[in-house]
Amino acid sequence: MGQIEWAMWANEQALASGLILLTGGIVATAGQFVWWQFGAYSIVAGVFICLLEYPRGKRKKGSTMERWGQKYLTTVVKAFGPLTRNYYVRAILHLCLAVPAGVLLATILGTACLAIASGIYLLAAIRGEEWMPIEQKPKERLQVGATIKQPPSNPPPRPPAEVRKKQPEEEAAGPSGGPQVNPVPVTDEVV
Amino acid sequence: MPQYKVQLLNILVKKKKVHTHTHTHTHTHTGECVSECGGWIHQQYFSVVWLGLNVFLFVHAFLTFEKSDKYYYTRELIGSSLAWARASARCLNFNSLLILLPVCRNLLSFLRGKALCQGQLDHNLTFHKLVAYMICLHTVIHIVAHLFNFERYRRSCKADDDSLAFTLSTLYPHEKGSPWLNPFPSSDMTAEHLTFTSIAGLTGVIITLALILMVTSATEFIRWCYFEVFWYAHHLFVIYFIGLVIHGIGGIVRGQTEDSMKEHPHSKCAEEYKDWGEHCRRPRFEGLPADSWKWVLAPVILYIFERLIRFYRSRQKVVITKAILHPSRVLELQMNKSDFRMEVGQYIFVNCPSVSFWEWHPFTLTSAPEEPFFSIHIRAAGDWTESLIRACEQQNSPMPRLEVDGPFGTASEDVFQYEVAMLVGAGIGVTPFASILKSIWYKFRHADHTLKTKTIYFYWICRETGAFAWFNDLLASLEREMEECGKVGFLNYRLFLTGWDSNIAGHAALHFDKSTDVVTGLKQKTSFGRPKWDNEFSALAAAHPRSVVGVFLCGPQTLAKSLRRCCNHYSSLDPRKVRFYFNKENF
Repeated sequence: MGQIEWAMWANEQALASGLILLTGGIVATAGQFVWWQFGAYSIVAGVFICLLEYPRGKRKKGSTMERWGQKYLTTVVKAFGPLTRNYYVRAILHLCLAVPAGVLLATILGTACLAIASGIYLLAAIRGEEWMPIEQKPKERLQVGATIKQPPSNPPPRPPAEVRKKQPEEEAAGPSGGPQVNPVPVTDEVV
Repeated sequence: MPQYKVQLLNILVKKKKVHTHTHTHTHTHTGECVSECGGWIHQQYFSVVWLGLNVFLFVHAFLTFEKSDKYYYTRELIGSSLAWARASARCLNFNSLLILLPVCRNLLSFLRGKALCQGQLDHNLTFHKLVAYMICLHTVIHIVAHLFNFERYRRSCKADDDSLAFTLSTLYPHEKGSPWLNPFPSSDMTAEHLTFTSIAGLTGVIITLALILMVTSATEFIRWCYFEVFWYAHHLFVIYFIGLVIHGIGGIVRGQTEDSMKEHPHSKCAEEYKDWGEHCRRPRFEGLPADSWKWVLAPVILYIFERLIRFYRSRQKVVITKAILHPSRVLELQMNKSDFRMEVGQYIFVNCPSVSFWEWHPFTLTSAPEEPFFSIHIRAAGDWTESLIRACEQQNSPMPRLEVDGPFGTASEDVFQYEVAMLVGAGIGVTPFASILKSIWYKFRHADHTLKTKTIYFYWICRETGAFAWFNDLLASLEREMEECGKVGFLNYRLFLTGWDSNIAGHAALHFDKSTDVVTGLKQKTSFGRPKWDNEFSALAAAHPRSVVGVFLCGPQTLAKSLRRCCNHYSSLDPRKVRFYFNKENF
């Protein structure tokens, strides 16, 4: 399993754990179970973990599917720099967050899941993985007009006369975003 | 027979499309389609029935535990959370029964046979996921209800000495065989302690963890990118089922015994709890017997059969007749296996014991049924595929032994039924069309009467030039043969390069006049960007004003929407004029 990025699975597991902690915490607090204050803690911890884990990191190879709306949280998570990039930090953080919730039965499942996530993150960290934010790629539309800043200083190389008659359809179609099969033949105007 | 030497491939290693997309037969027409069993309608009907059964079981169990006399005293201690826990347990049993069935692919294939319509049996994975979601939902309800149960039981131990709750909780000491009601022996024990020292609690935690791990490793993202993680983690279902069967053995949910109810009817005796022992005997309680095994025994046996069948089929010898290593690390394997019969658009599972003993990976078949072999194209995209390719390219050692299970999946025979066929393959979705195009060509050349197609329009939309090389030879061969037979108009194809940049475009512009395309070397020119479907459809409608056109797509949902819209828009209301029928098949 050499090419697996464990951090990706750890991320899914941690996100699930956050939700489980949150649910357990709500049950314990709402039901006013004994030691329900730990339930309140679990709610906070659960929300925090969900926010931290929601933005998926970038895969090393291949494209990564973003979660819906994750770009806002990506900017926040990215701002913490090495604290969020390094998976050792995350592994330890999750382990520490998990422990207090282990007191209550309602949240102990969250503890177990988070501990597992922490373990997988540790494995990822040992293998040198890092969290990289998924950046928005700037749109590379071919805006012919916009990229012309200065008139060219040399005349363009001219292909032979017979080729010159045909207008490069592809380049003209560029700005409009795709080829067009014209139902009516179009005569060119460039000589 | 022409051997289609295929050159490159940008295609499937993991059978993503099959396993993760829903199979939807969206026959939008009511007319003369051959496999008209209303596949989509059937699936919805099936789901509604399933949902109805869930609701019925839930409500029935809920009312039983909420109203029956047997649990009167139990309810005195814990209230309605008893009914919630038991109702969700009933649904959990039901869904655990169902979840194994859709993945018994060999048994389903057997049931499906040839004559039956493909309907719901092919939507197995969608159903499997649906049942899994229901299991997760009921797990949540079950756990939350039991959390309340435990808390309330514990509070009963600490209740006032002269309350019914306290009396009930301290009726008997907790010894083996003793008819106690409250599982907490004293108020000193915490809920956690009881959980981890009781069979029900411990197995509950274990199987829930197994379930969670199965779910997190089965998200689409993980399945697509790290199939092995999904495959191995999903085998935790063994722990889930074992734990499920053991879960109820402890009898922690208690109701009054029959005998006790006769001599101690709660309607008369409940209020006099301070004097129990005098007029009314003390009530005695027994645990609910474990009944999960009754639900899951049959599916587990069926599933064991399924694995045995897979094992048997995999032992049958697979002979690799040809292995071709193409550029960009693509391996084509042509194979033979006795009694192997395939149809267009199907897939197989392949296992290579020398690479990995347990892993089975799905691949679409790229050969036509008419060819004397079956083939797959494997691209190096992960550990398993890399190892397999490396094993196959060893010059001095023999080919590794392979095991094959299959074929599975929808046979897309509808594609032969239309006079005019419009085939659209986007990116990786073009693979099944390789099989289809080859098959259509074979049928055409041999004047097969099952082929009604007279003209094909094939659209391949892809991101990068590298991906074209695969189809090059196939289409070049077809071009040649059509010229030889004088049937030039039979197959019309348009290739669309969506990942173009100004270099490619400029290059193409410069060589505009050459008779063959610079990208593919074919006579048809490559177009850049995405097709403008309105133009395509109107051109087609103009060229075939009186035909029935079948539109087949293997690609993303957004494309399906555009095509469906165009089909509706350009179909004429007049049945004598052109009509477009959209079929979205996820092969």
